[in-house]
Amino acid sequence: MSASETWRLPARAIAERVRSGRLSPAAAMESGFDGPGEHWERDVHALLSTDRDARERAAREAPRDAPLAGVPVLLKDNLCTRDHPTTCGSRILSGWRSPYDATVVRRLRQAGAVVVGKGNMDEFAMGSSTEFSAFGPTRNPYDLARVPGGSSGGPAAAVAYGLVPLALGSDTGGSVRQPAAFCGVLGLKPTYGRLSRYGLVAFGSSLDQVGVFARHVGDLAEGYRVLAGPDPFDASMREGPAPDVSGWGAGVSGIRFGWPANLWREGVDGAIVDALERAAAHLERGGATRVPFDFLPGTFAVATYYLLATAEASSNLARFDGIRYGHRHDAEDVGALYSLSRGEGFGPEVRRRILLGTYALSAGYHDEFYMKAQRARTRIAREFHEAFARCELLLLPTTPTLPFRLGEKTEDPLSMYLSDVFTIGANLAGIPGLSVPMGLTRERLPVAVQLLGPADGEPVLLRAARALECEGRTHVMSNGYEREFMWPGSR
Amino acid sequence: MAWQPVIGLECHVQLKTRSKMFCGCPNVFGAEPNGNVCPVCLGLPGALPRANEVAIEYALRLGTALDCRIRAESVFARKNYFYPDMPKNYQVTQYDRPLCEGGELPIVVGGEPRGIRLTRIHCEEDAGKSFHPERRGDRRLSRVDFNRAGVPLLELVTEPVLESPEACTAFLTALRRLVRWLGISDGDMEKGQLRCDANVSLRPAGSAALGTKTELKNLNSIKGVERGVAAEIARQSAVLASGERVTQATLLYDADHDRLAIMRTKEHAHDYRYFPDPDLPVLRVSESRRMAARASNPELPWAREARFRERYALPAYDAAVLTESRELSDYYEACVPEGHAKIASNWVMTELLRVLNDRDWSVADWSARVPAARFKEFLRRVAARELPGPVAKQVFGWLPAEPGTIAELLERHGVRVASGEEALRPLVRAVLEENPGPVAQVLAGRDATFGFLVGQVMKKSEGRAVPQEVQRLLREELAARSRA
Repeated sequence: MSASETWRLPARAIAERVRSGRLSPAAAMESGFDGPGEHWERDVHALLSTDRDARERAAREAPRDAPLAGVPVLLKDNLCTRDHPTTCGSRILSGWRSPYDATVVRRLRQAGAVVVGKGNMDEFAMGSSTEFSAFGPTRNPYDLARVPGGSSGGPAAAVAYGLVPLALGSDTGGSVRQPAAFCGVLGLKPTYGRLSRYGLVAFGSSLDQVGVFARHVGDLAEGYRVLAGPDPFDASMREGPAPDVSGWGAGVSGIRFGWPANLWREGVDGAIVDALERAAAHLERGGATRVPFDFLPGTFAVATYYLLATAEASSNLARFDGIRYGHRHDAEDVGALYSLSRGEGFGPEVRRRILLGTYALSAGYHDEFYMKAQRARTRIAREFHEAFARCELLLLPTTPTLPFRLGEKTEDPLSMYLSDVFTIGANLAGIPGLSVPMGLTRERLPVAVQLLGPADGEPVLLRAARALECEGRTHVMSNGYEREFMWPGSR
Repeated sequence: MAWQPVIGLECHVQLKTRSKMFCGCPNVFGAEPNGNVCPVCLGLPGALPRANEVAIEYALRLGTALDCRIRAESVFARKNYFYPDMPKNYQVTQYDRPLCEGGELPIVVGGEPRGIRLTRIHCEEDAGKSFHPERRGDRRLSRVDFNRAGVPLLELVTEPVLESPEACTAFLTALRRLVRWLGISDGDMEKGQLRCDANVSLRPAGSAALGTKTELKNLNSIKGVERGVAAEIARQSAVLASGERVTQATLLYDADHDRLAIMRTKEHAHDYRYFPDPDLPVLRVSESRRMAARASNPELPWAREARFRERYALPAYDAAVLTESRELSDYYEACVPEGHAKIASNWVMTELLRVLNDRDWSVADWSARVPAARFKEFLRRVAARELPGPVAKQVFGWLPAEPGTIAELLERHGVRVASGEEALRPLVRAVLEENPGPVAQVLAGRDATFGFLVGQVMKKSEGRAVPQEVQRLLREELAARSRA
């Protein structure tokens, strides 16, 4: 493989070459920028910021004897970094620089990874298409007329087109898994409390979790291994060490997976149903057994989610007031300063959700909305718990539809919210979810399935994803994503 | 109609932990503005709180000292409102599941002991401080210092059971003594370490129902609380006397002008939109932790005060003064000579406290110079009448200034205590020789003149004689003469 094709390598292969001195971190990084970056970035707009000096310095300073030595990584722009701005895709934080690195960023750097820049996102992670970025949308590299999903659309698209082999996003209601599905890459939302949230700009604190994008299951496992584990700076973390994911290649023999017998009422696209059938068949060929179950949280989970996430967001986003940092519109009195700064700084979707959340917490509505949603959440978590008494994982769609067109849903927030119907359950229950690409449709759009596991079920999710990855290589349709995206010139 | 005031207090106690409530920044007063801040207490994007275990320990100490029920599971909540000195625009506090509930603080009002029932005690974070406004050209400018933002506070709320401004004073004084006693706060109201809001209402005497209350803020001294509450009682009485109704409102008390100003009425009441803080786990306090907190508390001030009255037979006043601080009462106990509690109490209350006040010393400053054992020796000799009054005062003055035993001090300053018969008898005899007239009068039964003779001997001894001894010797010598 020539030097210019280094970007095609899995993250682990890059690290191995850097550790043995055959590859420099700078070369590994620039290979992604020179090849696919040159070719795709102008059209796709996955990046919000990349500073050549900063990323070259990061490449020089990266430890060479570390698990992710020299691996270029793109971060969603809601993860705080000292060397690049952190804007959350919002005008209110335009140009803001954090004085500290998020814990996951610190861990990446300690593990030798090189932060190459910040990825585009829906403003404050509120959205499912990356169209609500204040800095312009990201486009799906498979079809530039379509969205890459969201809110972590930038990192997903960058991994898909080959800029980086690994990227971090955040997943509050599906914001890693849905763009992973739309962009044909792997997207893992770990168990709540396994990856530190310190330095992840909060949206819905009880639902937010940092997630990982990769093109290879082994890279995903390595990313999880490096990032997961207790952090004294995040009091909401689970206690004890994270589960060992080194057995990601161990196969699925003997595993029981839940098969959604009642799914067909939920209006799922035929191509996704087909992908589910194929995935189930692959798992069965690998020795797993299918256990039919009724898909539990439907639209009432969406309602629950949008009450709780917006309630928390209304409080979390109160700090953006123009007093200490971010956009400020000076005014005669502090009330006017607040409303002008916030009114100008926040986009329409963020304003809508702050209003919704404020309403849900208001005196007189608190019990009817917020408290009721909390009770519903408890019930959803219990139902998942009961399901996992009968199987090790659940097989589900990631999304009900294939990537939609830009502008298709921006004027219809409810239909945008409903596209989260399969992903939000994992956030409400705090359990891990993994979106696995299952090739391309006849229209050459990525299609994916989702695996859900019980808390700390990452090892079995990765084993199942690996089984699908191996089987997929031999499969006519599902090897599409690799063929297409190993070669940017195919566009 | 006679009106009965009903007052409830809401107190904030700033805890003297080393670090802030939810981050590692130092909790100190007087640093450079915005010198003690970090991403957490500045509310930077992405920063997360973690609860200070020591602050929770302090809350448990206070809660167990006051016999509160301690919740096994209490919850931190967010109180949402916008204010420039509140970094996150919400305060992390506790709402419907506070750490401590119930309990009572024993106080004394008008000589009567009373237990003031508490509603709750919980942990929360303080806000920063705003300074407004300055002029810069044609612009007005406000500044904010976030050093205080995130400093740990305990909020303590009483039931509406206080009935007079004096009771408020007694309550705050007792609370201040307790938090200092437990070592959890310096409790200085002038420095904002102890703050107090008062809810005041009036009801017809004998009625059980509560009247409409107003809330008084900005009460920044114990005197201020007493005066502010008194002013509000007077204001409400006047309103009611004129046949009008009291309206629910928040008032500010201006101590300099003894004036009340309405800050906001009920229509403008905040909706704080409380909800559990998702960044902080449920605060779990095990039975063993609760027991340990209780066990770690020292003998409590009111218990020690009662013990001082009984064990040392001290008057209530003495016991109260001596137990004003734990350090003073510890010192007293360490220096009191057996059987002379009152003498020791007198010296501590008058002379020792005067020195502390004059020199702005703490008990520790004093005891560093005059260890309790040394002071005990001094008191023992005073009690044994080995040091006559003027000498005792001299020696007391030397104690904190110079090292050495009492004997060494006397030696160094060339003071001989005229005690013992050998020293005194010649003086007594000389006085009798020099004053034949008065001697005759005394022998004739005029006892009033006896005091004159005692005075003459004291004078001859330059005040170093012990009066009781002089009296005894005089009576002996006079008796000898009357027989002669």
